[in-house]
Amino acid sequence: MPPNDAKPLRERLGGTSGRFLVGFNASISFSDLARCTSFGGHLSELRRRSVLITARDQLATALALVELDGISRRLAICPPDLSSKQLTWVCESAGIDAIVSDYEAPIEHENSCERWHIDCCAGMKPVDHMPVGHERSEWLLLTSGTTGAPKILAHDLQSLTASTKVDNYSERPVVWGCFYDIRRFAGLQVFLQATLGGGSLVLAGGDESLEGYLARLIAHSATHISGTPSQWRRVLMSPLAKRLAPRQLTLGGEIVDQAILDGLRSFYPNSRITHIYASTEAGVGFAVNDGLEGFPASMVGSRRGGVEAEVEDGSLRLRSGRAANRCVGGDGSAVQDEGGFVDTGDSVALRGDRYYFLGRRTGAINVGGLKVYPEEVEAVINRHPKVRMSRVRSRKNPMTGNIVVAEVVLIGDHSQTTTIRTAELEGEILQICRKALAQHKCPATIRFVPSLDVAPTGKLARHHA
Amino acid sequence: MSVKEIILSQIQRVAQEQNRELAQLTDDLVLLQSGLDSLCFAVLVTRLEDALGIDPFTSSSEVYYPVTLGEFVRFYADAAK
Repeated sequence: MPPNDAKPLRERLGGTSGRFLVGFNASISFSDLARCTSFGGHLSELRRRSVLITARDQLATALALVELDGISRRLAICPPDLSSKQLTWVCESAGIDAIVSDYEAPIEHENSCERWHIDCCAGMKPVDHMPVGHERSEWLLLTSGTTGAPKILAHDLQSLTASTKVDNYSERPVVWGCFYDIRRFAGLQVFLQATLGGGSLVLAGGDESLEGYLARLIAHSATHISGTPSQWRRVLMSPLAKRLAPRQLTLGGEIVDQAILDGLRSFYPNSRITHIYASTEAGVGFAVNDGLEGFPASMVGSRRGGVEAEVEDGSLRLRSGRAANRCVGGDGSAVQDEGGFVDTGDSVALRGDRYYFLGRRTGAINVGGLKVYPEEVEAVINRHPKVRMSRVRSRKNPMTGNIVVAEVVLIGDHSQTTTIRTAELEGEILQICRKALAQHKCPATIRFVPSLDVAPTGKLARHHA
Repeated sequence: MSVKEIILSQIQRVAQEQNRELAQLTDDLVLLQSGLDSLCFAVLVTRLEDALGIDPFTSSSEVYYPVTLGEFVRFYADAAK
């Protein structure tokens, strides 16, 4: 008998009675999850395959994960916003030979993969012989990389569920809500906690409004709700916010500041409020429950719950069995150093007896949980024929934590340029950005400056956190 | 221009740039139903800070999240006093 945490997901669902995965259009009971399939009798044909899961619907992704863990060799989980080029790149880098999708995913893969359709609305059907999973499937998670190509990180169910708590919730049912997308690390953690920990989970629909999703969370009496600080700020601006009554709410994915902790505390005085620090590379690090931003200095240098934290050159580093095993494709760089530590790239500073998060050391800007690399945006701004150079930086923002702003040096002497012409130029540059970049990467403002500092290295001077 | 006029014109500019269909900008309009998403609000608050020189979300000692457009305008107007 393998230990429980080495079993595939479908065999670890626990008690199934009264538990559901609730999507926007459909809902699946855990008893169906345990004994039915949405692949007809064909599930075993996906055995030992490297499968790309790219679905428009979160519920479809959830079903595919439960069905394929232990069956397939690799499960590459695609977030919803990948371009056709990125999807194709992931297929090539991860050696994908089967695609599971709920739509006609635009992939140009030379070695044509077999495509499988997953349809949640059609429901799951029992089969006579459910294939048993023996494979230790690799779970491939994507995170935004520096060059625009996503970074692919390989986990397995053991590393992903090392911090999952299995509880007997029979007396007080647990219903999870999640503003995160389960196709990214933080949301996947919520999915696994709900699935393995004995709860139900209400998932947002692809085009569902926040108000619509909040109304469903209220209708299902969600008890545990998770999201980024930016998502929570938005929730607090909703008239429905007061009608949520979570026993526990968690936040993470970007810097958790005192204002959002205080805001949540005043809205939900009876809830347990937890900041969870985690990253796709390092896995789940630690939880902070004391209602204060940052984390106690005593957490550094000690080993808690199987995780060791250290700070080197102002950068937070973590060592645990929860880190990604390796990086697939790309430059193949190692996730851990020789000592087994993962450099999170998050800068921290010690003030008194607490460490505070300052931002990304690489200079990546975190806009509401999504990373933006300034260089990518600058390259787009610099396409405007009147632009000599530009510098993109982060500016603090009460809605999304940070926002992208740009300083631009124009070609020629523009000290006499009229305000009207400046406004026109700003409009033209913003239009180029909106055409080429995702919305969160477009600068909120553009300031025209006579010059920009260049560091001794010859590079644009950047003032990182 | 009054604080309210500046806010309304900035809202229209953000909506136009992001191709958003705006609801009618009445005082009792719930902000989350205005047609602007969280990122649009983030842009709006940044531009208002440049235009008005204030960011009441950050400067106020109270934690406050306006729900309607009327509350949003009053939040800025009070901070600008």
